[in-house]
Amino acid sequence: MAVFSGLSEKLNHIFAKMTKRGKLDEYEIKQAMREVRIALLEADVNIGVAKQFINSVSEKALGQDILKSLSPAQQVIKIVNEELTALMGSTNSKLETSSSPTVIMMCGLQGAGKTTLCGKLAVYLKKQNKKTLLIAGDVYRPAAINQLKVVGEKAGCEVFDMGQGNPVEIARKGAERARSFGFDYAIIDTAGRLHIDDTLMTELEDIKKAVNPAEILLTVDSMTGQDAVNVADTFNKRLDVTGVVLTKLDGDTRGGACLSIKAVTGKPIKFSSVGEKLTDLEPFYPDRMASRILGMGDVLTLIEKAEQSISEEQMKKIEKKFKENSFTLDDYLEQFDALKNMGDIKDILGMLPGVGNKIKLDNAQVDEKAVERMKAIILSMTPKERRNPAILNASRKQRISKGSGTTVQEVNQLIKKFEMSKQMMKNMKGQRSFRF
Amino acid sequence: MGFFGKIFSALKKTKDKISEKLSALFSGRRIDDEFFDELEEILISSDISVTTSMEIVDELRERVKRDRISENEGVVAALKEILTQTLEKAEPLEIQTPAVIMVVGVNGVGKTTTIGKLAAMLASGRKSVTIAAADTFRAAASDQLTVWANRADVKIIKSSEGSDPSAVVFDALTSAKAKKTDYTIIDTAGRLHVKSNLMEELKKMSRVVEREYPEANFYKLIVLDATTGQNAVNQIEFFDEAIGIDGIVLTKLDGTAKGGFVVSMCGELEIPVVYVGTGEKLDDISPFDKDEFVEGLF
Ligand SMILES: Nc1nc2c(ncn2[C@@H]2O[C@H](COP(=O)(O)OP(=O)(O)O)[C@@H](O)[C@H]2O)c(=O)[nH]1
Ligand SMILES: [Mg+2]
Repeated sequence: MAVFSGLSEKLNHIFAKMTKRGKLDEYEIKQAMREVRIALLEADVNIGVAKQFINSVSEKALGQDILKSLSPAQQVIKIVNEELTALMGSTNSKLETSSSPTVIMMCGLQGAGKTTLCGKLAVYLKKQNKKTLLIAGDVYRPAAINQLKVVGEKAGCEVFDMGQGNPVEIARKGAERARSFGFDYAIIDTAGRLHIDDTLMTELEDIKKAVNPAEILLTVDSMTGQDAVNVADTFNKRLDVTGVVLTKLDGDTRGGACLSIKAVTGKPIKFSSVGEKLTDLEPFYPDRMASRILGMGDVLTLIEKAEQSISEEQMKKIEKKFKENSFTLDDYLEQFDALKNMGDIKDILGMLPGVGNKIKLDNAQVDEKAVERMKAIILSMTPKERRNPAILNASRKQRISKGSGTTVQEVNQLIKKFEMSKQMMKNMKGQRSFRF
Repeated sequence: MGFFGKIFSALKKTKDKISEKLSALFSGRRIDDEFFDELEEILISSDISVTTSMEIVDELRERVKRDRISENEGVVAALKEILTQTLEKAEPLEIQTPAVIMVVGVNGVGKTTTIGKLAAMLASGRKSVTIAAADTFRAAASDQLTVWANRADVKIIKSSEGSDPSAVVFDALTSAKAKKTDYTIIDTAGRLHVKSNLMEELKKMSRVVEREYPEANFYKLIVLDATTGQNAVNQIEFFDEAIGIDGIVLTKLDGTAKGGFVVSMCGELEIPVVYVGTGEKLDDISPFDKDEFVEGLF
């Protein structure tokens, strides 16, 4: 279980040399912050944003008492994580509404995912019993109108188009149609464009003037690099966007661009787009995003869960047993239960840094039934057998397999696994589990 | 809002180009450890991967010491040279006919557009080109490719939405073999590299090409969006592991991002950049020129 992420490992290393205990001092903070800065850069946080962030976090961290329950590294990560979360805003921004129809206008670079997002929003609104009209305002990209039509059909909503006409006219007529036919929302798809393309940026300003949208959503690919600040800043300056949507978050990007965007625009990140299906739209969770940017998966949540299900005392007990080499099948059984308390294995694995990507989660499914069978086997043993599995001869194994409704082969497998984890734990001795 | 205010003014001062950041870095500065640390950050800020940036800086540190470089111009020249040499680590790709070119990448990077432009470029040399619309997943993908095939004036093989992409590949290869087509270009659906089932689909398409048309030279090109950050390296690694990547097409260089990550790819993975895309018009494509690219970064 001792899974360490790059950043926490590095921080641990720095603080291992810590001389004065009790308070975070300047030298150590400086060292630690360099690592944090690299972690941020690796996550695509803009360099200016990262520096500014580090400065303000350093101030906060300096002289802070280290909480009893945390290691210095944990303490720093906690501060950084809290600051990141706070910066990215409160959870769950809702869509603005105006007198019907509420007009939502899309904008963003080419290939960011605007058209798909139109469909996703329509589906999201449909669940709230709202009627949406999609307006095909991308007249430039080949077959963009057709794409929106297909998306609209899948989302079960009407699509308004005027072929390759003038986008400003199309937006105006579309919004009119939405008004006269009692639609609750009108969503205008627009062509992707570069922020430095003055003509096309002016076109967006004209659309805005023509339809006075309640929401102007900037769609940004979460894999965007350092340039995200330029893009977001320009779109925001010209259109005064009302919110940001991050797309393609189902990949393995750390997504630091969103911090940059939030920092330069100050606008809320309203949704995350997490897949190609029209239902793959989620609210934006700043806390999850913070750990993702730091490359820690949901390690904080995991620690919390782990602490809830395995108490510190229990851990100490187990560690002690390993040291004394007295870890028994009874303890093994207890671990199964703890594991179960932590919730779905797949969820847990997904929270671990690195695991989500490199080990393919599809293959990492732990069979709950198998765990149940293993438990049944141990439960069918006598206390003596559990303490000392060496006494398990053929007839004992047969009895156990019958009692647990398994096969002798499975009993053998369990014993083997037990011995293996005992060996593994012995090798890890000295390292503390559930510390990062 | 104090933080945002500070950020804002900090960013106003931030310049985009390496050269501007460098001259800011050089002004009244000794070439010491802190200098190199900042230089490393400047490289990272052009989306060069953290590992590669560190390596480049180490190399530069060596050279500065070895050649006793003390003034700005010398450092800049040395840095450019290192970047160019890193790019040279990847052998340039020569596309030989008969060629089958499969174009892959994540969603929205510019695969379909690139194929349109590439088809036009290849066809202009009096060569025959066929495009296979094997993105049968995205809404209206084959309509989009059809528009490009018409613009480039080349043949297109397609099927209905939701059909098996490998079947489209098969049909295109059958036609290419019969007609002795010089270039067969396969469009594929965008897919995030972490989705193993979609990567399996790509492997299958790749096997169909190898099995059905072994005489052809089979190239697999990945399209990368210049705006991408550090994730670009993950993208290419996963695609390379699945099907083996022969070359890179770097798109959207007409924006303000310069695609610094390709330095890592040429340097570490030794995969060359073959073409660059610089717009949405038919002729907005050109072969990659490493010197021009390095100048662009500066
Ligand atoms: N500015 C610019 N836009 C591009 C370039 N290449 C593609 N695009 C645009 O990027 C968007 C996505 O392109 P598309 O070919 O559909 O991407 P695909 O999903 O990878 O096939 C479209 O709006 C294209 O017009 C380029 O080199 N420069
Ligand atoms: Mg496409």
